[in-house]
Amino acid sequence: MFGGFYLAVPVISVENVGMMFNLNNEKIDNLKEYIIKMLTGKLHYNEFWALKDINFKVEKGDRLGVMGLNGAGKSTLLKVIAGVMKPTQGTVKVKGVIAPMLELGAGFDPNYTGAENIFLYGATMGYSRKFIQSKYDEIIEFSELNEFIDVPIKNYSSGMKARLGFAIATAVSPEVLILDEVLSVGDAKFKKKSEAKLRGMIDTGITVLFVSHNTEQVRKICNKAIILQKGQIVASGTADEVCNKYTEMIKK
Amino acid sequence: MTEVKNNSAPQKKKYFKNFLKYRFLLWELIKKNIKLQYRNSILGVFWTFLQPLLTMIVLVLVFGQVFGRNIPGVVNYPTYLLCGRLIYEFYSQATKKAMRSILSNATIVKKVYVPKYIYPLSNVTSTFITFAISLSVLVFVMAYFMIFTDTTMHLTPYVFLAIVPILILFILCIGVGMLLATLEVFFRDIEYLYDVFCMLLFYMTPVFYDINQMHLNHTVKLILMANPLYSIISMFRSCVLFGEMWNWNWFYYALGISVFFLIVGFLAFYKKQDKFILHI
Repeated sequence: MFGGFYLAVPVISVENVGMMFNLNNEKIDNLKEYIIKMLTGKLHYNEFWALKDINFKVEKGDRLGVMGLNGAGKSTLLKVIAGVMKPTQGTVKVKGVIAPMLELGAGFDPNYTGAENIFLYGATMGYSRKFIQSKYDEIIEFSELNEFIDVPIKNYSSGMKARLGFAIATAVSPEVLILDEVLSVGDAKFKKKSEAKLRGMIDTGITVLFVSHNTEQVRKICNKAIILQKGQIVASGTADEVCNKYTEMIKK
Repeated sequence: MTEVKNNSAPQKKKYFKNFLKYRFLLWELIKKNIKLQYRNSILGVFWTFLQPLLTMIVLVLVFGQVFGRNIPGVVNYPTYLLCGRLIYEFYSQATKKAMRSILSNATIVKKVYVPKYIYPLSNVTSTFITFAISLSVLVFVMAYFMIFTDTTMHLTPYVFLAIVPILILFILCIGVGMLLATLEVFFRDIEYLYDVFCMLLFYMTPVFYDINQMHLNHTVKLILMANPLYSIISMFRSCVLFGEMWNWNWFYYALGISVFFLIVGFLAFYKKQDKFILHI
């Protein structure tokens, strides 16, 4: 029991996580179909495990790259960790504040102005109005949207929206940062700026989960990595080792 | 199978703490609903007053001659009608908005963790605030009839008790709203069915008539009285129009049904919320 004190405390621990979806050829979303299928006994699903027996721990300051081909379960894994989905099996424990950057601008309302959306988006991420108020100027300055801040978001270009979303999401100082290929935001100039900002955040020693296909980026950002294939971890280790394996895997 | 736990989707014990964390979101959403409702209309928030007033005039024109003459104890038909119409309208608006709330916020629910009950709750609350503002129309209409006609209103201190049926109505709307929001995620048909049901409910609720004025057989009367809106509207009218204490049976019945729906709504929502993401 006391031995525990000497072990590094994992920030994220994923134990035996499995995520099952019921796949049906046709989606039943109306009552009539449901009743007919139920009465005629045609209501059966194909089980599909998007994640199976996933086990890993991420310690404080670790930067874990999650790699894998399309449909390997990367996004599902991140959603389970972020608490968006509940795993069918197993446990996920996360210590501290998570800042998910799964999709920037998901909490925006198109009829709201940029300024109003800052507060709405911040609240969606669970921050208090006071806290967002204290970051307000910083967000506007970083997003370079000063003159458009009182314009409804529906009139923004997609690049402007992404810039605002990025600025809000990175204005906080989370303990865990989840990145799902969001490094290419806006034009080249803003891209450089956003990369520098992320790098600054990563260098403060926060824990990062980074999903990417790009081995170069993973090598640059992460110190550890895993490869997912058909919902299972097929390789794990240091970023360099795993990236080499991934390159081999793709060649096949 | 191992126990399923997730720190960011807390279990019952952490619910309260989580609610505190997300109370800003609740507040922001309530504000957003109210602000955006009339943003692009010229008369803006004035519609909150104008709309019930205009529908009251229409209903008086349509039903006034037939039903307005012999409601026992009612001295003024327009105010009688307005009381019922305000309460019915709040119920139907609040529950309909709550019903669609999870689906219309699907993009957020799919991407970020938020306590999902915030969405039906914020919709019912914002509709409630608009409803509270629109109650001033009633004050205005009553004042008009007192000043410009010889109608005597039975204004007594009981008028302050009108808050009780309003709060019961609020509880009812949250319960029904949560239940509908849950059903809507799995069966989109509910939306259309509920529209029809609300129309039926409008005629079943004594908005423009009085149950005792109609010559109904006992069973039909019982069915009409089983409608919790009947009890709530009757309580409200007792306080505001007749200046007297309500019939306590209405109180027990309305409160009982409302708490029942609140529990059922919350349980259904709580049990099914983790499955929402797979269906939206």
